Amino acid sequence: MPDFDVVSLPETDHVAEGDTAPDFTRPLVNGEYWEDRALADVVDGPTLLLFHPMDGAFQGTYLYNTVDDHGWSDDVDVLGVSISTPYAHKRLLADRGDGVRIFSDPCADVIEEYGLAQDIDGMTGITESRPAVFLLGADRTVEHAWVASEHPEFPDAETIDDAVADLVD
Amino acid sequence: MSEPQITLYRLQACPYCERVVRTLNELDLEYRSRYVEPMHSERNVVKRVSGARSVPAIVDRETGVTMSESANIVEYLKGTYGDAATDGGRAVDDAATDGGRAVDAEGGA
Repeated sequence: MPDFDVVSLPETDHVAEGDTAPDFTRPLVNGEYWEDRALADVVDGPTLLLFHPMDGAFQGTYLYNTVDDHGWSDDVDVLGVSISTPYAHKRLLADRGDGVRIFSDPCADVIEEYGLAQDIDGMTGITESRPAVFLLGADRTVEHAWVASEHPEFPDAETIDDAVADLVD
Repeated sequence: MSEPQITLYRLQACPYCERVVRTLNELDLEYRSRYVEPMHSERNVVKRVSGARSVPAIVDRETGVTMSESANIVEYLKGTYGDAATDGGRAVDDAATDGGRAVDAEGGA
């Protein structure tokens, strides 16, 4: 047995396949600026909506490296969400996540609404997001959903590859 | 949702930008805010749309006007959308004649 602990997370009533992804408005950051955007206005085709822990945590770094390695933003719109500020998102996007835009949700209300809130031991007052992947159709129907049930846990890239291919074809 | 006709490129806590916002609100104009970074070198989008990296800058798709420098912008907005506006094009011409006047003064804002 490995000499470390992977923690099981409690069951959560999260947004699931077949649901319509709840609409929200938050600052949406690209490589150059940010502005308030509503998810419903941004989604106009197949969209990969990625929730991840705050920028700087290695989970986000791995996630966007994976996005780049698999070229998902060539096939679908890729939108991230984390509690980090727009300034932090801009720094992240300067290094990775080519073509990605990221919503800033510091109060974690969107994260709560999607059923992804997670308390982090030793960071009092911060509500984090579990890693989660939602592949949306143009009408925001959730075609594929994955939400971490352990901490830490990473989405399976090949599963996302297949889901993207199914939706785009 | 219809997109506002006016886009304001702004910097958080920039008093020149707040001056333009106050005028937009006084005139009850819809606008979208696009926030950029404090570092000038990080403002290529502003340079691309307005020709300069200074903020505030506005793009008014209703009139086709793009403009920098808060005094010019306030004058343009009041002249175009204010009660006193009798000729929508007049303020644009006036502003265009001294468009570069105070850009440097606000460059570090």
